[in-house]
Amino acid sequence: MKVSPAKLIYSLEMSNAKATTKDSAAQPAAGSKPFSAGIILVAGWMIPGLGHLMQGKWIRAVLLFVSVTCMFALGLAMHGKIYSANTGELLEMLGFVGDLGNGILYVLSAFFGWGQNVVQVVTADYGTKFIVVAGLLNFVSAVDAHSLRLGRKS
Amino acid sequence: MYTPSHFTAVLLFALFTSVVFGITQRSETRAMIRYGLYCFCLFVLGTIAASWAMWLIKH
Repeated sequence: MKVSPAKLIYSLEMSNAKATTKDSAAQPAAGSKPFSAGIILVAGWMIPGLGHLMQGKWIRAVLLFVSVTCMFALGLAMHGKIYSANTGELLEMLGFVGDLGNGILYVLSAFFGWGQNVVQVVTADYGTKFIVVAGLLNFVSAVDAHSLRLGRKS
Repeated sequence: MYTPSHFTAVLLFALFTSVVFGITQRSETRAMIRYGLYCFCLFVLGTIAASWAMWLIKH
């Protein structure tokens, strides 16, 4: 069977174009998403809002950072309690998990000895709740940054 | 030591929590603001309603 040179060249070009399209679909352009989802999740947990900042969502990042940090600082200012890991009661353990959500803020509070060990006044109880809820909100924001990276959310 | 009133504590709690909920639970900016305001109102009004309910139970 005879094939004209023009047809041969055209079919070669088409096959090359298909291969290029397949390659570009399989591998996104380098540098478009420099951080993996796991790194963004951990970064967002350790420093409130950092997961969003790493993806260029800086307004969201600032708002999340201010909200979580202010709640944590207000809790400390009200003499709220910082839970530690070595407790036997279930509620204290849950409080510790909540506090742990604050990431670097919890590490700093443990290192510098911030917070009270025993709640003595009513507002200190509010402070304890502020610190725990700040940690839980930070968990939510870190998972949100993770979802943004995976494309589940825009 | 910072000792806010009960209502101030409610307002502060509702404000920061609503900001995080608005950002994390919605995708578009306008929807975020609306949902944040909705959460703030629910927190504050819900607390006031629960306070009155407790007052009525006591009396």
